[in-house]
Amino acid sequence: MKKYIAKRAVTMFGVLLITLLITIMLVGSNMDTILKQGVVFQVRSEITENPAMVESFSSVQEFESFIESQTEQRIKNLGLDEPWYSPQRIGLTMYKIILLDFGQATFLTSDLGSSDVKDIIFEKLPRTILLFTTATILISIIGIFLGAFSASRIGSLIDRITSSFAIISSSFPVWWIGMLMIFLFAFTYQIFPARATPDIPSSSPEYIGALLYHMVLPLITIVMIGFGSWAYLVRNFMVGIMQEDFITAKKAIGIKQNKITYTHALKNAAPPIITILALSLSGSLGGAIITEAVFDWPGMGRLYFEAITVMDLPVIIGATYILTVFFLASIFISDLLYGYFDPRIRTSSE
Amino acid sequence: MSSITPQDIKREFFRSKMGIAGIIILGMLIIISIITIIIFPVETFQEWNNPNSWMTYPKTAIPVWVNLLVFEKIPEHKILMNPNIEKKSNQEINLSSYQFSFNFEYDQFPNDFIYSYTAEYINSPLLEMSVIRPDGIEIKLISTALPHSNAITNHEDKIFSTDAIIKKELLLNNEKFRFQIDNLSAEDIIFSKTERNEPLKGNYVFLINLYEINEKSEIIKSNLIIGGKAFGIMGTDELRRDLAIGLLWGTPLALFIGLVVSIASVVAGLVYGVYSGFKGKKTDEALMRFNDVIYALPALPFLIILSVTISNSIFVMIGFLMIFGWVGIAKVARSMSLQIKTRGYVEAATMMGQKDSKMIFKHILPQLLPYAFASVAISVPAAITTEAGLSFLGLGDPSFPTWGQILHDANIFGAAARGLWWWIIPPGIMIAITGLAFVFIGNALDSIINPKLKR
Repeated sequence: MKKYIAKRAVTMFGVLLITLLITIMLVGSNMDTILKQGVVFQVRSEITENPAMVESFSSVQEFESFIESQTEQRIKNLGLDEPWYSPQRIGLTMYKIILLDFGQATFLTSDLGSSDVKDIIFEKLPRTILLFTTATILISIIGIFLGAFSASRIGSLIDRITSSFAIISSSFPVWWIGMLMIFLFAFTYQIFPARATPDIPSSSPEYIGALLYHMVLPLITIVMIGFGSWAYLVRNFMVGIMQEDFITAKKAIGIKQNKITYTHALKNAAPPIITILALSLSGSLGGAIITEAVFDWPGMGRLYFEAITVMDLPVIIGATYILTVFFLASIFISDLLYGYFDPRIRTSSE
Repeated sequence: MSSITPQDIKREFFRSKMGIAGIIILGMLIIISIITIIIFPVETFQEWNNPNSWMTYPKTAIPVWVNLLVFEKIPEHKILMNPNIEKKSNQEINLSSYQFSFNFEYDQFPNDFIYSYTAEYINSPLLEMSVIRPDGIEIKLISTALPHSNAITNHEDKIFSTDAIIKKELLLNNEKFRFQIDNLSAEDIIFSKTERNEPLKGNYVFLINLYEINEKSEIIKSNLIIGGKAFGIMGTDELRRDLAIGLLWGTPLALFIGLVVSIASVVAGLVYGVYSGFKGKKTDEALMRFNDVIYALPALPFLIILSVTISNSIFVMIGFLMIFGWVGIAKVARSMSLQIKTRGYVEAATMMGQKDSKMIFKHILPQLLPYAFASVAISVPAAITTEAGLSFLGLGDPSFPTWGQILHDANIFGAAARGLWWWIIPPGIMIAITGLAFVFIGNALDSIINPKLKR
């Protein structure tokens, strides 16, 4: 088992590095230009802010050449004179990013005004986790019970409704349902706010209450679209288990149907369900980008979208990294769970 | 699994209601696509982003069929192109008269009216515009001389209902109306009953007369637009585009994206997985590690970065979608080929010294075909919704009116806040229906081929 865990961990870390490398490769050349422009800007503003220095120049040429030499020197100090694809620079960037040092954002700031990418991300991350974890937990609770209920009454009206709802809801894009929900419950019937960002500052004590109120509409939407397929999945697992001999035996000795369904059968369906739960938690984070953009939920997804819109590269790299870490962590956990519940996996890969 | 013949699958498939429903929906979508491609020349959708080609259309007009459902009829947007032409000659005065006649049967005033024309003349003819109302009253709207010219010239111009001269002329008629007309706009006066300021229903004639002494002059091209709030089967958007055309063109585009992405991913995944499973040992290990890497990449963030940094052309996007599409299929195909490998006939063929490629393509892949078809059907909706999602974020190919693109525009112009439901609901429904067709077909196939081998 230890060997299995170690092997998976190494693979995951490798994937993380590869993801990071690809991200840097994709945005690297743009990043380089932006960093160099930043240096020039910095030099110029430092000089113009210092009147004594401005007066010390006798001609425009002297001024320009001073700026040029200053800029060149700084670019060299920062190591920007090497091309962005040189191994040292990529290595350094990756090393920094792994240690969560993402640098300064170009345009975006956190609500508190910090432009450190780390601050921005760690301000948004809890909100995304709040929304999507709550949603996933609700989805799985509704899904498990509805699925178990349908499985105990195969062919009943509820079973058929659940199955068809699962199939139909899975082909609607969540964000489109989100637009409809906003249209219906924020504008036609003004029950919930249209923008999920509370308009009071995040430092005030009422903020959490406001945030929860603003969370209702996105939460309902995600749960509504998600629970159907969960119920369907659980139902299918349960149907398989209900046909097993030990269930028939339990029925024969006179244990009540409900007890069999919710204790004995559900317990046996637990391994795949838990595995999928871990996976869907991370999957929801990826889907967060579009959903948060629709609802304007102030989390990672919207941050990512904003960063893409204004091409704020440090934020893009940082957010991609964090999203990947979460994604990989949940795959890792679900792998472990799967291996734990299904010994065949462990032995076969050893 | 191998005992199922294609005939069995076909028979079973047409026995399942779901499969038939899926086939029917898909058939309709294909018919829509074919009709669209035939009726609307390719140029129409290339004009999608050209604001000039939508000039005569109204802004955010509601679909016309809404009038069938509501009590108070919403004025339809009318573009009148072919006037009745009459030419009279009275000694030296030549008169050409152009009449636009239309029925106005609505309970609200129109938004405005615009008369645009191209006149061919010499000297300086007099252009007069007036309207004959259903109650017989004739109201003069404008009387203006066209700019003087010594040679034959083509003059292009527009007369707007907001022109100050029209307002001035209308105020001369104030004794005909039993209410104050000073503060009303031109169309609210022209289309009003005389006793109350309510729309007067009936047949209106807009009359444009061109007078010229001695010389000949005529209006070569003209149209009259009565600006309304309803237009087309699907209404229009903020940029005056006819949504029906966008929705229709979205169909072949969505089918194309969905099918190309899923077929290519399934083929790639099958070959990859089968080869890996068939080869086994080191090859299998290496290929599956690579598969793990791609599987662990977060798809949507990467698609976004790729589309921003490399290209957002629709064809490149299809390639990107394929990168993330084949992984799961490869895993299943591998485990299936591991099982098939142990069958007697495959082992026999190996012993006879068959080549690897022949083994894979002749003996193993055909066994996986039913699964392949089911996977194609099941992975189409994901491809369509992912593309729509990217377009919705504004990262799609703006030159094609895909459904996601339409929803993106709707979101940008705040369609939800402004209650423009016809801009939001139809594209989403189209996405869902298309997805549903493939989900139905896929599920029907899936339950036939008994997916025990799938984890």
